[in-house]
Amino acid sequence: MNILNILDQIEKVDGEIYERLSPRRSAMKDFFNVGKKISMAALPLAMGSLFQKAYGQTNPSSVNDVLNFALALEYLEYNYYNHALTLANSTYIPDGPARQAITTIRNHERAHVDLLKGALNISGADQYVYADFDFTAGGGFADVDTNYQTFLKVALAFEDTGVRAYKGQAPILKGMPVLTTALQIHSVEARHASHIRQMVAANVSGASALKPWIAYTSNGNDTGVSAVDAVYAGEQNTTQAGVQITGINGTAVTQSHAAECFDEFLTGSDVKKIANLFIKAGKKLA
Amino acid sequence: MTMKNNELETKSELQEESLFKGSLGRRSFLQYAGASAAGIALVAAGCRKDRGVENVMTGATLDFKNEIGVLNYAYALEQLEAAFYVKVASAPPSSFTTAQKAYFQDIQFHEIAHREFLKNVLSTAAIGSLEVDFSSIDFTSASSVLGAAMTFEDLGVAAYNGAGVRITTDAYLVAAGKIVSVEARHAAYIRDIISNGSFANLNELTSLGANVAGGLDGALTPDKVLAAAGKYIKTKINVINL
Repeated sequence: MNILNILDQIEKVDGEIYERLSPRRSAMKDFFNVGKKISMAALPLAMGSLFQKAYGQTNPSSVNDVLNFALALEYLEYNYYNHALTLANSTYIPDGPARQAITTIRNHERAHVDLLKGALNISGADQYVYADFDFTAGGGFADVDTNYQTFLKVALAFEDTGVRAYKGQAPILKGMPVLTTALQIHSVEARHASHIRQMVAANVSGASALKPWIAYTSNGNDTGVSAVDAVYAGEQNTTQAGVQITGINGTAVTQSHAAECFDEFLTGSDVKKIANLFIKAGKKLA
Repeated sequence: MTMKNNELETKSELQEESLFKGSLGRRSFLQYAGASAAGIALVAAGCRKDRGVENVMTGATLDFKNEIGVLNYAYALEQLEAAFYVKVASAPPSSFTTAQKAYFQDIQFHEIAHREFLKNVLSTAAIGSLEVDFSSIDFTSASSVLGAAMTFEDLGVAAYNGAGVRITTDAYLVAAGKIVSVEARHAAYIRDIISNGSFANLNELTSLGANVAGGLDGALTPDKVLAAAGKYIKTKINVINL
């Protein structure tokens, strides 16, 4: 007879205790409950009210810093894809699956912008528009608006950077409901990165071996685009929380598997350096 | 906690009842359990009798009073994923391409590495090895294997996303973040094999807590994740202090 594989004991403390132990979690619960009922267009507003509930009138400055930082990156990504989709597609992003995928990603980045603006109680126009960016990175990607391969390479750098950026901010948000939201954005960026990697492998000359995950190379950069070395710095790491992953516990886990199976984080200042390559003077991140 | 035991028991019974009638729904709960109604009733009754400090539980216990429980929860899920991919990688469906076979090898070793990493971090606090039940998966069928892989990866992402807030040590929070994005890369890859372009189809992930308007991936509490994973796990998993 099969042993019942169910949870046979779920113990929960009562609501009041729960609230006293962790008022923030309760605020998150309210948020999710509200989120099911309200119109989806109102979500950013609900996000704002979540923060007010959790912290009173204003977010701690450290949390706002993280959200503003994330918002800047989302502006960058959104404007990149949105602009590309306005360009003629005969020799650029092909109609069909490619254009659909980029549209999907653009829409997610827009949703993230709106969500974060709501969380920061920012209403009105976006603080960054297309004209604030230089997606050629000072000429390093001069044909980014005309060459589909270049477009994909830059997209890849943005998505892999996004994944690393959110990860690096997680400890600042530890234990807070906003951490869950940040993680939910973070894994969407990772899904984007995985897909863009597949698009690069299928379309960029010499990149057919690029994997959906970041493979081991001696400097961490598996893309073959040396201009984005900074995006991948440290990805070659195989030690996690003091544990060596290569060959762990006698398994056949190789150095490459070990580097692939953990994505590394980037510090805020490293991410800003990368982002600023694509932001015009006067609007660069401090 | 100074609350009297009988008060706790009453509230817990109420919650047990609401669990059956609540969002999970009795029917789906039975599906997850893969068991007869009589069996469920027996266990539900057993819960009330067994409740208490002297309760000797068989199987694996995830105690969420602190992050050890969270890490063991992750360890349990990684055990499940690793066992699945070991089986797939050892004899992939015949219609898998060379590239797919190679990438499923990669994923196998990623999950093995995650499992062993968590085991080492937990050291003597680690739960034992889980016994899995993959009888619902046809390992000769690409569609069956891919469907199960997608379930495991999407669920794994939602599990880490939902549990991150319970982690209290920076190093472990960062490690969880490093793992979950790789799971998301797997999920997207597998989804794209099943249907190109579905890598981040949030409409298909709302049952896992995704929010389409917010562009947010899934996030689920451990009880919901374990209920969904239950049919693949033979070992009884006890959840306390959630």
